[in-house]
Amino acid sequence: MDSEKSIEFNHVSFSLPDGRALLSDLTLEVHRGETLVLLGRSGSGKTTTMKLINRLIDPTEGEVKVDGKSTLEWDPIRLRRRIGYVIQEVGLFPHLSVEENIGVVPRLEGWETDRIKDRARALLATVGLDPDRFAARFPAELSGGQRQRVGVARALAADPPVILLDEPFGALDPITRRDIQQEFRMLQERLKKTMVFVTHDVREALLLAHRIGLVKDGRIILLGPPSDLLHSKDPEALAFAACVVDGKLPGSPA
Amino acid sequence: MSLIEFLLRNRQEVVELTLEHLFLVAVSTGVAILIGVPLGILLTRKPNLSKPVLGFANIMQTVPSLALFGFLIPINLYLFHVRILGGIGARTAIVALVLYALLPIIRNTFTGINGVDPAIREAGRGMGMTDRQLLFQVELPLALGVILAGVRVATVICVGTATIAAAIDAGGLGRYIFRGLRMNDNVLILAGAVPAALIALAADIVLGYAERVIRVGNAIKIGFGKILWASAGAIGVLAIAGFIVFSSGKTSDRIAVGSKDFTEQIILGELLAQAMEAKTDMKVERRFDLGGSLAHEALVAGEIDAYVEYSGTALLAILKGRPSADPQDVYRRVKSEYANRFKLEWMEPLGFNNTFAILVRGEDARRLGLKTISDAAKLSAQWRAGFGQDFMSRQDGYPGFVRTYGFHFAETREMDLSLTYRALAEHQVDLIAGNSTDGLISRYGFVQLTDDRGYFPPYDAVPVVRQATLDKYPRLRDILRSLGRILTVEEMRKLNYAVDGEHREVRDVVREFLKRKGFME
Repeated sequence: MDSEKSIEFNHVSFSLPDGRALLSDLTLEVHRGETLVLLGRSGSGKTTTMKLINRLIDPTEGEVKVDGKSTLEWDPIRLRRRIGYVIQEVGLFPHLSVEENIGVVPRLEGWETDRIKDRARALLATVGLDPDRFAARFPAELSGGQRQRVGVARALAADPPVILLDEPFGALDPITRRDIQQEFRMLQERLKKTMVFVTHDVREALLLAHRIGLVKDGRIILLGPPSDLLHSKDPEALAFAACVVDGKLPGSPA
Repeated sequence: MSLIEFLLRNRQEVVELTLEHLFLVAVSTGVAILIGVPLGILLTRKPNLSKPVLGFANIMQTVPSLALFGFLIPINLYLFHVRILGGIGARTAIVALVLYALLPIIRNTFTGINGVDPAIREAGRGMGMTDRQLLFQVELPLALGVILAGVRVATVICVGTATIAAAIDAGGLGRYIFRGLRMNDNVLILAGAVPAALIALAADIVLGYAERVIRVGNAIKIGFGKILWASAGAIGVLAIAGFIVFSSGKTSDRIAVGSKDFTEQIILGELLAQAMEAKTDMKVERRFDLGGSLAHEALVAGEIDAYVEYSGTALLAILKGRPSADPQDVYRRVKSEYANRFKLEWMEPLGFNNTFAILVRGEDARRLGLKTISDAAKLSAQWRAGFGQDFMSRQDGYPGFVRTYGFHFAETREMDLSLTYRALAEHQVDLIAGNSTDGLISRYGFVQLTDDRGYFPPYDAVPVVRQATLDKYPRLRDILRSLGRILTVEEMRKLNYAVDGEHREVRDVVREFLKRKGFME
């Protein structure tokens, strides 16, 4: 087993029961501590790729490996508890307080109440929210940006080695999004988690990615460091590169 | 007497009936929750089942309650020696109420869970929740408001439907309503209806409040699971306790006397009961007020041991036999058929014939010189008629009646028998079919037209008893024989009037009568 490989896709295809192919022959790997950004338009297959990793869906062909073991061999519940998950609509549980939301996976894992509480408060501080002010609030009492921060804190709660983020900042206003992206980048460097990050925002991809996988019509058409995207002659890559209007790169992480 | 006066004077009974009513509602809603919520959850897991199950629940809601009682009474289902289905009394009422309450609970559980935001469900799955954890920690808490709304509807349905439980001796406020309808007494009807409406209103308000609190979301943040299990436990205990209480049923050393649900029947039931009590030291249980043909079914099922039946009714409505105008012939046929088919024995006739009485207002009879039904038939084209459901549907009722006499009414209205008297008195109809022994006939000054073509078969009142009971208590045979020919039509009409017209207690009226007849000191 190659200990450097956290996630591997070997010739993975996924089709719906009606035969429509959402992913075709996908091969890629994500290294430990690396942030791979899957960039693509809506409906290109990014989210499908992500759901194959935590086995919300099973591949119709090929295999997905997590820590060298096929997802089909993993107990899906064990697998998912090792993988933090932040989805676009955040998916905070409206009937639970912020603290309880963050504590969901630790509670499922049978942690003690005090430890869950401490962990939740520490994570709130990590994502830049004052625990005294926010711990007892309910999701409905938070702004969009605050909710996203809680979503990230929740994904980190049980200290999973892998985190999946599906357009986590997509619904935020541009200013909040920029702040939270900057903070996220710092967090990323501190935590050194393996991350798969789905977005259609090319700036976000350039800011946060170690490597970018460009997805179109269910295929990876480009896979490499951010500079590859900017220098590619592929029309889809050009189209995305053209979105960075000021021509100034936000720079890739060290 | 005003309603308030009545309620104050009878407050002990009102409280008792209200408690019975609440108990019926609480137990049946509880059982419906225990069945409906898990079933609703199952449907979200097996969507293929949702159509047949919801369809079944839908159909149950459309079955009239008396019909449902009729289906349930003959059933004999035991679980660990506890009878859980069938018979008369609260058990069957509860089963019927549960069937009515199921639909809103199943449907709301199903839609409530399916209405949970898919993103939230996916977040839960993605975080590694098992199906069970997802259900108890996410789906149920979020669906709780909708489920409670279903429970609220179910409760209100139960409060209303439980009034009909009085038809099978299950108690509750329906007793006042039925008694009031029978006696044509508005105050009594209201004494049952107003408290029932208040209960429905209160249940609606309380559950509506709970629903709002839970939708706001605070009530469940502390240990939803605990609340859920605690309430499920409480409901379960209540339901089981209720079933055990009601499943005890008729104990072996008792004789249960039944009756149908009109005044004369209750008087006759009381007559049998007091006669037995006077001559033996057996404990006699009274299970009166059984609607429709439920008394017969209860007798066959062994829920009661005796009641008074009418020979014509038995022949036509129960045995579906060929009509006959000869009382001796009818009695003989019914007696032998009952013995063979049901193991039931017909005793000596009580002595009077309660046939259909075709009634008109006294003033009309005098003005138009009406004596016979044929006289009335000639004038019927301008007349409106009002008949009870029973008369409209039975073989010796409406269809043959209009054919035999050539009636062509301007309008025929079907209504509750007890309402036809009032309708006739208030000129809403001009001719009704009442009972010849009805005390109200003289109270309203109605005139009974003679059955000059001999259409109506004889309806001799006769005690019917289970053979098994007679074998067990041979003395009963002598006691019932001594009741033979004890009543004439006039006497029966007087007894009826004492109860319906003078509002006297059945118990007292019967006691006086038996004393007068030298049956007891």
